[in-house]
Amino acid sequence: MNKEEILAHLPYSKPFLFVDELLHIDENGSSGTFTFDKDLDFYKGHFKDHPVTPGVILTETMAQIGLVCLGIYLTGSAEGGVPGHVMLTSTAIDFMKPVFPGEKVKVIAEKVYFRFKKLNCTVQMINEQHEVVCKGTIAGMVTNKMNG
Amino acid sequence: MDRAELIARLTPIITTYAQDKDAVASINENTDFIKDLKINSANLVDVILDVEEEFDIEIDNLSMERMLTVNAAIEIIEDKLRTK
Repeated sequence: MNKEEILAHLPYSKPFLFVDELLHIDENGSSGTFTFDKDLDFYKGHFKDHPVTPGVILTETMAQIGLVCLGIYLTGSAEGGVPGHVMLTSTAIDFMKPVFPGEKVKVIAEKVYFRFKKLNCTVQMINEQHEVVCKGTIAGMVTNKMNG
Repeated sequence: MDRAELIARLTPIITTYAQDKDAVASINENTDFIKDLKINSANLVDVILDVEEEFDIEIDNLSMERMLTVNAAIEIIEDKLRTK
């Protein structure tokens, strides 16, 4: 599968699509970018008068670029394979820096293992100053059904 | 390796992922990983990967799919150890 085909298989749309561009993908990992539009709705409330991107959204962004794109690639590129759906099963993330409205981030994911339909990745997010914003481990089950 | 020893080596692995800690205390051959211990499908994979490492064996997809109870796990481990 090429990058365009993977993006077309993502099951998200605005305002919950957090992948702009896939930079690279192969069987060992993926990388991609996303720019947080300053008009995204959650900035109105997180926090009042002090917009900062919520950690759960940073986690979701790393999951979409890392885990989900890679899961679709690995299942869709297997011989006779069908691109699967990825169900998030665990996250362990450390947060180092805030991400403000309008910032562009890059996510780099590396596969730890993909066995018995479980994909486990290390992920990290980097800002435009090349600082690590957050990093950790994300895992999910790659299934044929949307709801597991 | 007898069954008691196998269960003794299996128990710490299972305990790590079991959600129902009371059920862990009364673990026996009939214990069901999902129904009794409330282990989810993702953590069931981790149990199997840890079993592979603990016993230095490789578990195939078919074995994995039927490894749902302590009893089934013991049978599969014994089988893999025999053919190693």
